[in-house]
Amino acid sequence: MNLFAEAIAYLLDPANWQGPSSLGLRILEHLTFSGAVLALAAAIGIPAGVLIGHTGRGRGLVVALTSGARAIPTLGLLTIFGLALGIGLEAPYLALLVLALPPVLAGAYAGVESVDRATVGGARAIGMSERQIVLQVELPLAAPVLIGGVRSAALQVISTATLAAYVSNTGLGRPIFQGVKAGDYEVMLAGALLVALLSLAVELVFQALQSAAARRAEPTAVPARATARAPERNTA
Amino acid sequence: MIRFDAVRKEYPDGTVAVEDVTLEVPSHGVVVLVGSSGCGKTTLLRMVNRMVEPTSGTVSIDGVDVRSIDKVELRRSIGYVLQAGGLLPHRTVADNVATVPVLQGTSRREARSAALGLLERVGLDPKLGDRYPAQLSGGQQQRVGVARALAADPNILLMDEPFGAVDPIVRDQLQQEMRTLQSELGKTILFVTHDIDEAFALGDEVLVLRKGAEVAQRGTPAEILANPADEFVSRFVGAGTSRRTLSVREVDGRRIVVDGDDRPTGVLAG
Repeated sequence: MNLFAEAIAYLLDPANWQGPSSLGLRILEHLTFSGAVLALAAAIGIPAGVLIGHTGRGRGLVVALTSGARAIPTLGLLTIFGLALGIGLEAPYLALLVLALPPVLAGAYAGVESVDRATVGGARAIGMSERQIVLQVELPLAAPVLIGGVRSAALQVISTATLAAYVSNTGLGRPIFQGVKAGDYEVMLAGALLVALLSLAVELVFQALQSAAARRAEPTAVPARATARAPERNTA
Repeated sequence: MIRFDAVRKEYPDGTVAVEDVTLEVPSHGVVVLVGSSGCGKTTLLRMVNRMVEPTSGTVSIDGVDVRSIDKVELRRSIGYVLQAGGLLPHRTVADNVATVPVLQGTSRREARSAALGLLERVGLDPKLGDRYPAQLSGGQQQRVGVARALAADPNILLMDEPFGAVDPIVRDQLQQEMRTLQSELGKTILFVTHDIDEAFALGDEVLVLRKGAEVAQRGTPAEILANPADEFVSRFVGAGTSRRTLSVREVDGRRIVVDGDDRPTGVLAG
């Protein structure tokens, strides 16, 4: 319990939030780095997943990739990349990309795949182009599941991005590794607590995004607004 | 006029959905394709707007081969009504009806206000325009589907078992209103159903199809009832069953029509 009190005292000490070793800077680094990983994972995974879901081609690829990637230990991957690429951000960036891509891809694919085929067929039959079907029908309807994929990727990346400090002195991994090395366990714990809090905060943001998307995809499932069933007119 | 010329559809797995069909659908009339499920009637219908491409043969509209028209343009120029409306669940009723005009470049505001007029035309309260499809009954959704098909004022309407998912009473109403609507609009309608009574209720002409979309008989409902071409048609329309064998009884000075089981079905007028 003593260690916890010390860690909290460390977090509350204004001195630790100033200067070049400020915890605020570490949080910023951590978020920027995680964000950069997620951005590329989304830029590759969402179009690829949407395309596979839309065309139905390459389903096997998604399954193989998502289940296969789950078995890859990120620390091992990071070590391999680190040995190949040396000290710096490249190795952890790549290792985290491998971690983030499968859930993003799977979410995008599963979201589009789950859109009722009759709805898509109807949209096509009345004259929507394939592009319009993707943008105006499949994406809005797939958005909750798609965002769910990004959300789980974001959580994994943020918690695992601590490993970046293993080969480059950056992010919230820095106080953790530093605390371990120097035997300053309250510093280590303070870093770990910040990672946990950051994950929670990001989780809340994505939760809000996801429910906003769900409201758009299924406007009638919202209990709030005036959504009472239309009175049956006796003509139909 | 829609013309099918020696049309055949064979799928890669060897299934032949449409064997060899040549037929014409005259303009401004309602032609109903009727047959049991899997007979190829929907495949035939979907060839008109290129949702299905024939393996061989041609489909043409007013003499123009549909393959020479851009798919998307072609589909926007043809109204399409499918079962349960096929509406977009995330858009309001008015936006659903306005979909095609908006795609064609009409402003959203203009298309929406036209949509409200169309809702009225198909017997819906324009106030329903702000609702979402899931908040409407099956019959109401079906009407929205018809309104959407009419939105771009197409000459041709394709209707793929549009009333199959609603209960019989609502279906009767929808059929009746469709007849009224058609008498005002005079569209060229190709209608697919597996229900022979619906075919007789709506078709100026009815085509009874057997497997492979082969036309077993073509004629007005009266012609088909009066003179079924063969055993298959006769069984399909139920010729000779008690439901189709009516006779007249005199009761209290009025002439009552009864079926083959002596069950009254109506009163002779006049």
